[in-house]
Parts: sequence; structure tokens; C-alpha cells
Amino acid sequence: MSIITMREALRQAMDEEMARDKNVLLMGEEVAQYNGAYKVSQGLYDKYGEKRVIDTPITENGFAGVGIGAAMAGLRPIVEFMTFNFALQAFDQIVNNAAKMRYMSGGQFKVPIVFRGPNGPAEYLSSQHSQATQTFFAHVPGLKVVAPGTPYDAKGLLKAAIRDDNPVIFLESELMYSWEGEVPEEEYIIDIGKADVKKEGSDVTIISYSKPLRYVMESAEILEKEGINVEVVDLRSIRPLDEDTILNSVKKTNRCVIVDESWPFVSVASHVGWLISYKAFDYLDAPVELVTSEDVPMPYNHNLELAAQPSVDKIIKAVKKVMYI
Amino acid sequence: MEKNIKNYDSNLLKELLYKMLLIRRFEEKAAQAYGLKKIGGFLHLYIGEEAVAVGSISNLDMTKDYVAAAYRDHGHALAAGLDPNSLMAELYGKITGCSKGKGGSMHFFDYDKHFFGGNGIVGAQIPVATGIGLKIKYNEEDGVVLCYFGDGAIHQGSFHESLNLAKIWNLPVVYICENNHYGMGTDFRRVSAIDDFSIMAESYAMKGKQVNGMDVLEVYDATKEAIEVAKSGTPYLLEAKTYRFKGHSMSDPGKYRTKEELELYKQKDPIVSFKELLIENNVITEDDYIEMDKRCKKIAKDAAKFAEESPEPDLNELYTDLYV
Ligand SMILES: Cc1ncc(C[n+]2csc(CCOP(=O)(O)OP(=O)(O)O)c2C)c(N)n1
Repeated sequence: MSIITMREALRQAMDEEMARDKNVLLMGEEVAQYNGAYKVSQGLYDKYGEKRVIDTPITENGFAGVGIGAAMAGLRPIVEFMTFNFALQAFDQIVNNAAKMRYMSGGQFKVPIVFRGPNGPAEYLSSQHSQATQTFFAHVPGLKVVAPGTPYDAKGLLKAAIRDDNPVIFLESELMYSWEGEVPEEEYIIDIGKADVKKEGSDVTIISYSKPLRYVMESAEILEKEGINVEVVDLRSIRPLDEDTILNSVKKTNRCVIVDESWPFVSVASHVGWLISYKAFDYLDAPVELVTSEDVPMPYNHNLELAAQPSVDKIIKAVKKVMYI
Repeated sequence: MEKNIKNYDSNLLKELLYKMLLIRRFEEKAAQAYGLKKIGGFLHLYIGEEAVAVGSISNLDMTKDYVAAAYRDHGHALAAGLDPNSLMAELYGKITGCSKGKGGSMHFFDYDKHFFGGNGIVGAQIPVATGIGLKIKYNEEDGVVLCYFGDGAIHQGSFHESLNLAKIWNLPVVYICENNHYGMGTDFRRVSAIDDFSIMAESYAMKGKQVNGMDVLEVYDATKEAIEVAKSGTPYLLEAKTYRFKGHSMSDPGKYRTKEELELYKQKDPIVSFKELLIENNVITEDDYIEMDKRCKKIAKDAAKFAEESPEPDLNELYTDLYV
């Protein structure tokens, strides 16, 4: 297996799918001639030309809607948002058109579109440019929401997202693009809706997804040295949610910490916490703990910025709390 | 420049030059601090475009008038009279910054000085500025709003929605498109159906004008006229043709444009050309200019020192200013 970056894994996924299916196209700001603001689409314009790799003006609501119309009519657009912060301008199109079109047309339309781009905390950018948007999208029936935590998962899941006939929100953690991992040369697909147990353990379950997964693995290693055996569940897909994997793990360890970069109030984390308390209540030896972003917009100052986010320290504290130590 | 410079008050002329120079020196200092990693994130420099903010904002009385800008806001903030120390401290993320270290480069604010941003979302300040115009009209005040945005933002729905609202409600807003030719790596001609944005005003039954944004006096005069029209009930659209000498932000090498094009515009440096005009017309001497430059460099240096020595925000600040 080769070791590649998350950026390269995503690029490969798009490249392979564009080669496989001529209906797949990529559009967004700076995706073509500039090779992507974060260089995820590097080389695709050279390879596929301006018909299939399309630069748009800075008109999020417009080009998201154009993508939706094209998808309804039979193309398979990948719409890149320079960052998901700007997708909020396209929220109307995503929520009111992409998500509902199949349902309100009585099943006549498929909307095979992928909205992808960097998401979550960045560095020194303050609150408009540094936020985790997954909860906004996860709230909406009709959307699928995916957030990979490794290059391997990113490639397999993006290929699945492009082949999916539903609108998929594909969230790439902005700070993860240069993170490396093993990715096989041969083709593979990871089904949307399947969580992954990234590490088996018996004392406590930590549930996470996307970038915090790394902090969770680091915490698990530290806790291991203190004799606490951690099981790590990576959701990978937020909607649909793999309830079985979550519940089976909690039933085994009886304790659970959920780590999520989004805000705590009505969040992915709070939903998963509710799910566990509802469906595995009798198995719990302690209340479920959440480690989320602080309930504030992201500040610019770096100390405050770090303090606002989940950290190894906070995760270890939460684990000890559910272990009563 | 064929202007009759005798028609202008010499103090005004000196002030225009001084403000442009201050912005230039302030940003050069900021870029240096960025290189030393004292400043993080995006730093969108305004170098090359100084004549636009200075020429237009110099018409304002900031006790009555308002400014709203985008993320390339250092120049507008300085032109509007914000304290350079508080601006540099904001770039450093310090508690003494104009947004208490919570905003950074893209989010300069000063409520008292009527500086309403700073906004990191392309086009998001345009309706906000229009709302300020609504307040002025509502209270029957004598004021105007100058609203700045780039050539990239002009295609946003927020621009078109705002112009229409401003016209049907007769709001005192002057919309100023700073066309520096590029939205990040995109030449505006690649993503625009037209190449003279001022004609967009016609769609909303208002006046539009294209001006040379490298010429501070031309911007000054055009804005003066636009403000009069806006105050009398018809909003106005100005397109200032300008150029940014640096990349989009510190991380952009700017490979999408030719060296020749960049050089061509550097020849039209708004500060150098205006300085020469003032010297030719005996408004200032070369020595006056050197003196002025020294003053600006010192202000920038002092601002960096102030920022450097200012305290970090306390961790408790994480939860302050969230609600009133
Ligand atoms: C809604 C939105 N989309 C995308 C971005 C990313 N972005 C930041 S600046 C920029 C280019 C804007 O160019 P322009 O409006 O011409 O302003 P300039 O940088 O030239 O001053 C882009 C695409 C953003 N901040 N907000």
C-alpha cells in the first residue's frame, strides 16, 4: 500500500470516478485553472478540460442550485465549496431543493450530487472561517452526511458518494488535507452508513469522527499506559448513522465518551448521546460524556482558539470521569 | 494627471498622501510580523489599492457617516481613522485589539467610529451596509454609508438584492466595487458577463460610474458627487479600477497573472504618482515627503511594539461578548 495524503486520496477518488463515468463533473470556485484553493483538484482540469472541471464565480447559492438542476436532469456533479463556511450561502438550495426534491416529487427525481469541501476548525481565522457545519446538514432528512477521518476512508467514501443517487454532504476537515495514511492501489468502495471500529477495547467506548479521531487515538494510547482499555468507534457517516456499531460497542464497554468538533447544543454528539441513553440505558455504568467545541463562535486569538476545541487533555478527563477515577 | 490641483486645499492633498502612506507602511509592518509568525491566518494586503479607500473615505465625517468593508479591510479602517495600535493589536490577537483579539485581520470593527467591518464572507457586508442606510433614512439623519466589495463579490445575490432595496427605499448608500482585476486566482473577465460593472447600476435605476482607482483625486471627486446623489435619495454605484500588488493573501504566489501586467500597474503606484504630482505643483517638497514617510513608519513601528507588549486575552474571554 502507498502512503498518501488525504488531499491526494480525495483527488484520486474524483479522478477515478470521472474516468469511469462521463456524467461526473466538478464545479466550484478556483477548482479548474487554479487547481483548487486547497489543491484537492490538482491536475483534473488538465486531464478533463473545461467542460468537466468548471470554474464558477463566487456565487454559492447559484452554483449549488445549478448543480442540483443538472443532477435532476441526469448529470452527476461534484460541487466543491471552497470551505463549508461559504456553503451556508447555498443552504437554501441544499436544504429546500437538493434534500426535498425526491420526496416532494413523489419519488420522480434522483439528485445524484456531492457537495464537498473543507469543514471544521481552521487556524487563526476567527469565527466566519472556522466552524464545524455537520450538525446543520445532519438535521435535514434527504441528505446523506459523511465525514472521513483517514485518507483511506476518504477515498472509499468519496467514491461511494459520487456513485450515490442521493445528495451527499462530504465534509473534509480543513486541517487534515496534508495528513497521511495508507491507501491501496486497487479500487475499493466504503459503504456510506457503516461505522468503523478503529481500535478494539473493553473498558470504555470513545465515539468520534473526522479530525478529532486522531486526538482520540492519541488519548487511547495514553490511557492504555494507565491500564484503561479504550474502544474507538469512528462514525465516518453521520447520516445515515450506524446505530448497531455504536450500541454494540457501548453494550460491551458500558461507558461512553463522544468527541465532536461541532457545538454541543442539538448536535451530532448530543444526538448520539441520546441514542445511547435511549437504546442502551441498562448497559450504562455512567452517564455519557460529551467532548465538543465550546459553545461559542471560534475566536481568532490562538490560545482561545485552542481552548475552544476538543483536545487530548479534555478527552482523557472525560474518560476518567466516566470511569469514576 | 491633468487635474487642476490648485482647486484643492493643500491640507487635504497632504492628508490624502499621508493616509495612503500610512496604510502602505502599516501593512508592510504587518507583513513583516506575519513572516515572524506574530500574526496568523489570512492576511489580505491592500497594497496598491490605497487610493480607493483614502480617496473615498476622506469625504466622510465619521461622526455621521459609516463604512462597511470586506476582509481586505486594513486600508479602510485606517482611512476611517481607527487607531493603528488597536488594529495592529487585533492582528496580533491581543485583548487591546479593535475586536479584542477575537476577529483578526478580516474582522476589524469599531462601533464608536462607525466602522462596521471587516467581513470574511464575500458579499455579506453589502446588505449590512444597506441596513445602515435604512437607519440613517429612518432617523432622518444627515449621513451616508460607503460600502466596499470586490469584483468577485459583485455577482453575489446580496449585491443585486441590496441595490434594488436601496433604490426602492431611497437609501443613502454608495456602493463601491474595488475592481482589482482578480478574485483570488480568477481574472474578473473570466467570470463576468460584462467588463464595466458600473453599468449594473442601470438595472436598478441608479447612477453608476467607473473611475481610475489608482488616482486618489479622481476617486475623491467621484465619491463626493456620489455622496451628494445618495444623500438626495438615489443610491450610487462606483467601480474603482485598481490593482493589488501582492497576492490574494500571504499564501498566494499570484501565478495567474503575468509579471508584465504587475509591472505595468506598479508604474501607476497611487502613492508614488500622487507624491510626484504634489511635488511638481509645489504642494510639498521631497523633504516633506521623507518626513511624512518617517512619521508613518514610526506609527507602524509603534503599533507593532504596542501589539507586541499588549497582553493576551484571558482564557475567560472565551465566553465573553456572546450575548449582551
Ligand atoms: C461566500 C464566500 N465564498 C468564498 C469565499 C472565499 N474567498 C475569499 S476572498 C475570495 C475572492 C474575492 O475576490 P474579490 O471579491 O474580487 O475581492 P478581492 O480579494 O479582490 O479584494 C474568495 C473566493 C468567501 N470568503 N466567501
